[in-house]
Amino acid sequence: MAQLTMIKAINQALDQELKRDPKVLVFGEDVGKNGGVFRATDGLQADVGEDQVFDTPLAESGIAGLAAGLAYEGFRPVPEIQFFGFLYEAMDEIVGQIAREYYRTGGTKKMPITIRSAFGGGVHTPEMHSDSLEGIVGQVPGLRVVIPGSPYDAKGLLISSIRSDDPVVFLEHMKLYRSMREEVPEQEYTLPLDKADIKREGTDLTLISYGYMVQECLKAADELEKEGINAEVVDLRTVSPLDEKTILESVKKTGKVVIVQEAQNMAGVGNQVASLIAEKAILSLDAPVARVSAPDTVYAFSEAEERWLPTKDDIVAKAKEIVNF
Amino acid sequence: MTKIDFNDYMNQPNMKPIQVMNEKGEIVNQDLFPDLTDDQLVDLFKKMLWERILNERSTKLNRQGRLGFYAPTAGEEASEMGSSYAMEKEDFLLPAYRDIPQLIQHGFPLDRAFLWSIGHYMGGQIPDDVQATTPQIVVASATVQTAGVALGLKKKKSPTVAYTYTGDGGTSEGDFYEGINFAGEFKVPALFFVQNNGYAISVPRRKQTAAQTLAQKGVAVGIPGIQVDGMDALAVYTVAKAAREWAVAGNGPVLIETLTYRYGPHTLSGDDPKRYRTADEEEEWRKKDPLIRFRTYLDHKGLWNEDMEKNWEEAVNKEIDAAMEKAESAPQQKVSDFYKLSYSEIPESIQAKIDECEKEGK
Repeated sequence: MAQLTMIKAINQALDQELKRDPKVLVFGEDVGKNGGVFRATDGLQADVGEDQVFDTPLAESGIAGLAAGLAYEGFRPVPEIQFFGFLYEAMDEIVGQIAREYYRTGGTKKMPITIRSAFGGGVHTPEMHSDSLEGIVGQVPGLRVVIPGSPYDAKGLLISSIRSDDPVVFLEHMKLYRSMREEVPEQEYTLPLDKADIKREGTDLTLISYGYMVQECLKAADELEKEGINAEVVDLRTVSPLDEKTILESVKKTGKVVIVQEAQNMAGVGNQVASLIAEKAILSLDAPVARVSAPDTVYAFSEAEERWLPTKDDIVAKAKEIVNF
Repeated sequence: MTKIDFNDYMNQPNMKPIQVMNEKGEIVNQDLFPDLTDDQLVDLFKKMLWERILNERSTKLNRQGRLGFYAPTAGEEASEMGSSYAMEKEDFLLPAYRDIPQLIQHGFPLDRAFLWSIGHYMGGQIPDDVQATTPQIVVASATVQTAGVALGLKKKKSPTVAYTYTGDGGTSEGDFYEGINFAGEFKVPALFFVQNNGYAISVPRRKQTAAQTLAQKGVAVGIPGIQVDGMDALAVYTVAKAAREWAVAGNGPVLIETLTYRYGPHTLSGDDPKRYRTADEEEEWRKKDPLIRFRTYLDHKGLWNEDMEKNWEEAVNKEIDAAMEKAESAPQQKVSDFYKLSYSEIPESIQAKIDECEKEGK
């Protein structure tokens, strides 16, 4: 096993899937010879050829529509939207078309498409690059929205996404691309798409999170441990549809919950998690459902990013407040 | 003072629409007369008549409350059947909401088309041997998908095309441009039919664009654009057939503008064309009727007569009655069906909802 960054793990997953199944196609803006703006697709075109890995004109709706059309012809498209802030250009094809095709055709047409896209703050990008828009696609029946929180999860979840016969929006946090390394098996492996994962077991409170915030939650849990608070960290991994069972079991065990997301409070999927708990676990709670999220403003101008984004300290403070409620 | 004369850069080709048969049913361009036998000519006419009857019956069925959403097609028979007739069974059709007749001619069962109108999931079920999608409601969404299907066909080295339809208003959509541009860049076998019927609901064609023709929009993406008399089935057929051959030979996509007219409203959901069209204008287009001119032509050649017309009308009406009856016997839809159709691999949380619905009989 090797210590890999998330970008390397993603690259490996794509390479292995392209070789396993010639119907897998990787395409988007600059994914070919250039290997992607983050090198996620580095070397893939040289490896399997331009027929399977290719560049497209600069048009997100066209890219997503191309994916839908290729799926009708039996291919397994893995298109890339360079930054998820550009989702808006492709909303109809992803949400209005791909997501509802299986339903619309009464189960006769499948859309085995995995839309990969980068998002997430902390790396001082220009406007519309870092916005957390998973809440928008997370409201769409027919879509799975997958957000890995580590290199190991990224590889297994991406392989599962590509092999799924249903459409997946696979969101890759930019700050996670190279900020950490993890043991990642060389061989192919899959991880279940509809399961959350308990990253750390605990008894005093539950921290529910996804994406880069999982790492912040783990750091917060370490710090809380020093103060005698034993936190459980649940990584949603698939933010829609939610793994209701794992969420409810953890909350019922600890009786206290802090939901942590990088998105604004009014966005993300934290609202969904909170209402699920309110509906199905209220009698197990001995403190209000608490949330840590970004302020309800447009994504911060990059200079102010660190002061705007939620941090480990915010999580620790909120956790203490809930434990001492 | 400018030294550049922008008139030189207007790029407005004075295109003359291709015509084979004029309004009187006379052949005006023998060179472009299609390679069709007498039987095939009659067959094409029968399909157009079938479409006209289907339109009349669908309108009535809608008024009786037996059908739901319906977009009338009368006037567009040459454009729709002429193009459809030039396609092969293995070609892939991406229809818009007004293109139900082409979809049925491509093999989609009529009873399912009725179910689609009624609003039943079985109306979207595509039989395995039919290469098509369901009728597209979002204008020009199918244009980008057509580029994708055609790229798939090219990758599979299939000697077929993907073909799609949109209206004149649809050419203003971003997806229309993106779709034809992708198809051009990838040089894929795709045919883009623009059925220019003069109006997008109430907005006349001239308010969509300052371009002189819609066909010339092909110039922007480097593909051939061609304008054809959309009330002339022979012209539409000839152009569609030639475009198909061009595309299958690996030359890339073609944009085809058919000049046509819808006699009826935009849809039967409350649109009243009297608010935006004059009776004179309608009368002018009635004179160009695609059925009248084709019938005159066939009649002169001794290929068609009143008895044949009566028999065919009877047969079509029977087909429609049987399909309507079948559609009306479809099982009532349940909420649990909808959950089951949300994912092909059902997540545990969705399964729990299905179980709940089934327990409550929903």
